[in-house]
Amino acid sequence: MSQIFHPSTNTISKVTLLGAVFFLAALLWVFGVIVRSPYVTEANVVRQQPVPFSHKHHVAGLGIECRYCHTTVETSAFAGMPSTKTCMTCHSQIWVDAPILEPVRASYRTDQSIEWTRVNDLPDFAYFNHSIHVKKGIGCETCHGPVDDMALAWRANSLNMEWCLDCHRDPARYVRPRDKVFEIGYKPAEDQRVLGERLMKEYAIDTQRAVLMNCSTCHR
Amino acid sequence: MSAEKPQGCEVPARPGLRRKGLHACCAPAVATRFLTSQFSLLTFCPLLALMLATSLGLAGCRQDMHDQPKAEPLERSDFFPDGRSARPWVVGTIARGQLREDEHLYTGKVHGRHAETFPFPVDARVLERGRERFDIYCSPCHSRLGDGNGMIVQRGFRRPTSFHDERLRKAPPGYFFDVITNGFGTMFDYADRIVPEDRWAIAAYIKALQLSQNTDPQILTTAERVRIDAMAGTPAGEGGPRQGGSTEEGGR
Ligand code: HEC
Ligand code: HEC
Ligand code: HEC
Ligand code: HEC
Ligand code: HEC
Ligand code: HEC
Repeated sequence: MSQIFHPSTNTISKVTLLGAVFFLAALLWVFGVIVRSPYVTEANVVRQQPVPFSHKHHVAGLGIECRYCHTTVETSAFAGMPSTKTCMTCHSQIWVDAPILEPVRASYRTDQSIEWTRVNDLPDFAYFNHSIHVKKGIGCETCHGPVDDMALAWRANSLNMEWCLDCHRDPARYVRPRDKVFEIGYKPAEDQRVLGERLMKEYAIDTQRAVLMNCSTCHR
Repeated sequence: MSAEKPQGCEVPARPGLRRKGLHACCAPAVATRFLTSQFSLLTFCPLLALMLATSLGLAGCRQDMHDQPKAEPLERSDFFPDGRSARPWVVGTIARGQLREDEHLYTGKVHGRHAETFPFPVDARVLERGRERFDIYCSPCHSRLGDGNGMIVQRGFRRPTSFHDERLRKAPPGYFFDVITNGFGTMFDYADRIVPEDRWAIAAYIKALQLSQNTDPQILTTAERVRIDAMAGTPAGEGGPRQGGSTEEGGR
């Protein structure tokens, strides 16, 4: 009987087999890249808002503190969003005729909320709490990036579980003195490792990772 | 073997040389053979397509658990006509622990007149808290020094009277508490953003600030003056208010 396959197909089939393994690996890698890409995590995607509120203008330009608007960030899980009244404490007198502020004035007149587009949003099955992070010296900037440079807000980090755990595994790399939490552009005065280890002790941060790495801390 | 051989295509018999002998025109032949072989790409193709689709799909889609039927703070609700999931209190409701009986603490008044005293002892910690809150909520307009020349005023907001004005220096702490709670003229109230204890801390700090700007340096001890001079060397904007804290330690 004559040979159906030419001997060269031996090599080709071996190469294909081997190639398949690499191909699968590549596919997994592509998957990994996709789930971490801004396309899925929405990191670095600038959001359009009903009013083009600019942190750059209000924080860097006017020097208003985060807590002037995000009042509950120290005391509760939710950072708090400024009410229309908060905007109006200034805009009742400043830029009173500006058309871009009309939605704010309309909201004040009609008692209808302004609906901001969410920028950072965890899935509902994950639990996050601002107050503990603020108390234990994690800066807004560490998680939200250079907010004072955002003409419109964007998400600075993926907010993936991987990202939370990366810090929870070793928070000493990020902890700062409590009075520097709200500062954007903070640089540690000494070696971060030394400072971090000291502050971890001072703030009684869970060095055993018994809580920080426990599933039910964030999935409750 | 010869049966498979397309015309004009030379496939050498010796395996060792087969690569060399492959001619461009053999490609179709090789391809057909290859495609019919057991481990051909063809078998993989649907599988690969499926996997690619799944990974894209999995990565892109958000399942039910991501958006559960519960209301996160300030989340929109289609159930209530005003579109808010957070409901206002029913008029007359008093939550546990929020019965505001203490007139002094919650209104800043004693028998209807602005209180001259604080409802709790003021120490360095209270003043420090007051400084922090003042810098957050009041300094945009009143400036860190309390002279009424804050950034927002520079941008066109009505200029408030300086806290170092004679009239305000004589005003009792209860007056400042009252203004924070109920507003004053063009100034909105801060009752929704500052809890009563913090309002008192701010009032205490303003009193300290007033004292700091109107104290004869002669009454300070040398040690105190050295400390203040050291602080004056700190970056701009910090030295001023801090001085207030140090001269008034253990104040009222
Ligand atoms: C003058 C009021 C004001 C101040 C001061 C302010 N913010 Fe905001 N912030 C807003 C408003 C309004 C929004 C909603 C619009 C938007 O997302 O841009 C917002 C949104 C945000 C968001 C995104 C929220 C989301 O949807 O996930 C973050 C994060 C944030 N602010 C952080 C900060 C930080 C950090 C500071 C201090 C450096 C700060 N803000 C100071 C008013 C303010
Ligand atoms: C503490 C005072 C203050 C508060 C609170 C405040 N603003 Fe402003 N805002 C200003 C001032 C002052 C300007 C004008 C700045 C200038 O003239 O350079 C301004 C400008 C603006 C502008 C137009 C300029 C620009 O391009 O940014 C918008 C839009 C705006 N504010 C939205 C808001 C919204 C929305 C809120 C409520 C979340 C808010 N502001 C709260 C003080 C304030
Ligand atoms: C450890 C990381 C981390 C730190 C530190 C942090 N945030 Fe957030 N922030 C988040 C996450 C995660 C969310 C999304 C929460 C959600 O979807 O439930 C968020 C959401 C927000 C929001 C939207 C409202 C909300 O609470 O969902 C605002 C406003 C905000 N942050 C402001 C701040 C400010 C101001 C600070 C500094 C005091 C700060 N954040 C510090 C991680 C952080
Ligand atoms: C930059 C560092 C950092 C990041 C990022 C971070 N955390 Fe944390 N987290 C901390 C520290 C520090 C603590 C305090 C631990 C302690 O008190 O022992 C903490 C505590 C917590 C706690 C409370 C634990 C307890 O004691 O009950 C929760 C819940 C939590 N984090 C959730 C999250 C989630 C969810 C994310 C991601 C969206 C996240 N964290 C991202 C540093 C971080
Ligand atoms: C520090 C907080 C934290 C801890 C600890 C934690 N997770 Fe998560 N986890 C998250 C967050 C945040 C998400 C949501 C990520 C996203 O999709 O944005 C998540 C998502 C998940 C998901 C869903 C993944 C998806 O893409 O839908 C699973 C499953 C999960 N976690 C399991 C676990 C298990 C098992 C553990 C314990 C070994 C654990 N988590 C510990 C924060 C945490
Ligand atoms: C948005 C700018 C702004 C902010 C922020 C602000 N104020 Fe005022 N304040 C004013 C203006 C303007 C007046 C003068 C109002 C008038 O005369 O109509 C005033 C008046 C006052 C007065 C009364 C002065 C008098 O003449 O009797 C007191 C007391 C006062 N403010 C305290 C505070 C305190 C305490 C805070 C912080 C919790 C604060 N203010 C925050 C703008 C502001």
